[in-house]
Amino acid sequence: MIKRLESLSIHTLLTLGALAMVLPFAWMLSTSLKSQSEVFSYPPQWIPSELIWQNYVRAWQGAPFARYFLNSIVIALAVTLGTLITGSLAAFAFARIRFPGRDALFAIYLSSMMIPHQMTIIPSFLVLRNLGDISPALGLDTYFALIAPFVASAFGIFLLRQSFLTLPNELEDAAILDGCGKLGFLWRIVIPLSRPALATLALFTFMGNWNSYLWPLIVTNSNDMRTVQIGLRYFVGQETASQWGSLMAAAVFITFPVVIVYLVVQKQFVQGIAGTGIKQ
Amino acid sequence: MTEHGTRPWINLMTVFPVSLKQRRQWTEWLAGYAFLAPSFIILAVFTYFPVAYALGLSFFKWRIMRGEPTFFGLGNYELLLTSEDFWQAVGNTIYFAVGAIPTGMAVSLFIALLLNRPLRARTIYRTAFFLPTVTSMVAVSVVWMWIYHPDVGLMNYLLNLLHLPSIRWLNDPRWAMPALIILGVWKGLGYNVIIYLAGLQNIPQHLYEAAQIDGANRWQLFRHVTWPLLTPTTFLILIMAVINSFQSFTEFHVMTQGGPIGSTTVIVYYLYQQAFQQFNMGYGSALAIVLFLIILGLTLIQNKMLGSKVHYQ
Repeated sequence: MIKRLESLSIHTLLTLGALAMVLPFAWMLSTSLKSQSEVFSYPPQWIPSELIWQNYVRAWQGAPFARYFLNSIVIALAVTLGTLITGSLAAFAFARIRFPGRDALFAIYLSSMMIPHQMTIIPSFLVLRNLGDISPALGLDTYFALIAPFVASAFGIFLLRQSFLTLPNELEDAAILDGCGKLGFLWRIVIPLSRPALATLALFTFMGNWNSYLWPLIVTNSNDMRTVQIGLRYFVGQETASQWGSLMAAAVFITFPVVIVYLVVQKQFVQGIAGTGIKQ
Repeated sequence: MTEHGTRPWINLMTVFPVSLKQRRQWTEWLAGYAFLAPSFIILAVFTYFPVAYALGLSFFKWRIMRGEPTFFGLGNYELLLTSEDFWQAVGNTIYFAVGAIPTGMAVSLFIALLLNRPLRARTIYRTAFFLPTVTSMVAVSVVWMWIYHPDVGLMNYLLNLLHLPSIRWLNDPRWAMPALIILGVWKGLGYNVIIYLAGLQNIPQHLYEAAQIDGANRWQLFRHVTWPLLTPTTFLILIMAVINSFQSFTEFHVMTQGGPIGSTTVIVYYLYQQAFQQFNMGYGSALAIVLFLIILGLTLIQNKMLGSKVHYQ
C-alpha cells in the first residue's frame, strides 16, 4: 500500500514537471492556429475554435524562409562533413602515427577548447573582412564565412582519438600486409569501426550549427545569406503589429525539424551527453 | 613503398644515401603532419591567431568605420574598469547566473532522483524534460516573449489564477531578468538531469545495500551516500553552467536587446553592442580578453577540482 502511494506521488510529481516543460510548446502550437481575435482573448483559450492554417502561409510568405532553410541545411551539412573529415585525419595522426612534436601539438589542440568562441568573434570578423578584399567569395556575408571557422573542432578530434585508440594494433599490421596505405587503412577500417563516435560527433555538430546564433548574426548582412535562426529573429522585428499567430507558426516550423530529429535519435543524444558532457 | 615512389620528396631522398629504416620513418613523420594540416590551418586562422589578434587590438583605439587604429596602451582596460556600463554588465551576468544556476541544479537533481529507478513511462518523462534543450534558443525565446506578454500572456494568467497581480515582465526593469532566469532554468533543466542521471548510475549499488543493513533511512542514504558520491557531477554541472551563463547572448538579443534601461545587458551582449553596433573594435577586444580570463579561471578551477575528485569511480 505504501509502495503504491509512493509510486503514485512520484508519477504525479514527474507528470507535473513534464507538463511544465511541454506547456510552452503546446501554447506555441495552439496560438499558431488561432485567429487574431482569439489570440488576444482573455482568459486564454487552449483549443482554437477554428483552425487558422492561414497563419502558416502568412509566415512562410512573410520572409524568405525557404531560402533560410536552404542556407541552414547547406551550412550545417558542410560544417558537419568538414568536421568529420578534418577530425578523422587529425585524430588518426594523434592516435596512430608517431612523429616529433606529436604530444606538444595535441596539448596545443586541447588548449583551444578553453578559448570561448566569443573571444574570437572580433578578430575572425576582421580576418574575413580582409579576405573579402582579396576575393569576395571568401569575405563576410558568404557561405565561406559561415562554414570555414567551424570545420575543425578540437573537441571532436579528442572524441575521435579516444575511439581510434581502442582499435587493436594487429588491424594495422594486417592492413599494411594487404598493401593498404595509411589513408586506405583510415578510410576502409578505422572509420567503419568507429561509427558510434563519428555519429555522436556528427549529430552534435549538426545540431549545434543549426542552432547557432551569434556568429551568423554578425557575419550575415543580406537576406539571401541568413540562416533560419537569424531569419526568425528578423521576422519578429518585422511583425510588429502583434501577429502572434504567424510568429508562432514560424516558430513551429523552425522547431519541428529539430524535434523530429531528436525523437528519432534520442538514444544517441542522451548517451552522447551522458558519456562526454557535450554542451551544444 | 611503391606507393610513395612517385612522390617528389621521396625521389629527393633517394639521391642521398639513407637507410630504408630512416626513409620509412620520414614518410611516417610526413604523414603525421599532412594528416594534421587541414585542422591545424583552420584552428590557426580562426582560433589561435584571433587570440593574439584580440590581445593586440585591445591596446588600440579603433572605430572601424572611421580611420586607422591608434595605439592606446592600457587605455581600453582603464576605460573598461572605470565604466559603469561594464560593471552593470558584470552585475547583470552574475545576477543571471546566481538566479538560474542553484535553482536549476536543485530541481534537476530532484528530477534525476525521481527518474533513477525502474519506472513505467520513464522514456516519455525524459523526452519531455529534454525537449527544451534541443530546440533552438531563438524559437523558444519567441515563444516565451509571447508567454510573458504583459496583457494576455500565459504567465500573467497563471499569476491571476493564484490571485497575484499581473507583471509587465520584459517591459519592467525589475522583472526582465527574473523572466530570463525562469526561461534559463526551463531550457537547461533536461541537460542537467541527464548528467545527474549518468552520475547516479555510477554509484555502486552495494553501498546502498550496506548502508541499509546499518539501518540508514532514506534521507541518511541521500545525505551520506548519494550526495557525497555525486560531488564530482555536481561540480561539473556547476562549472559548466557558470561558464555558459557568462557566454549567454541569444535570448537577450531576441527578447530584450539588453533593456529595459540596461537591466538585461549581460557581458556578451555588451561586447556585441560595443564591437558590432558602435564598432569600437579595440574596446570590444579588451572586453573579450576580460571575458576570456574569467572563463579561463573557471576552467582551471574545474580541471583542478575534477582532477582531485574523480578517484573513487
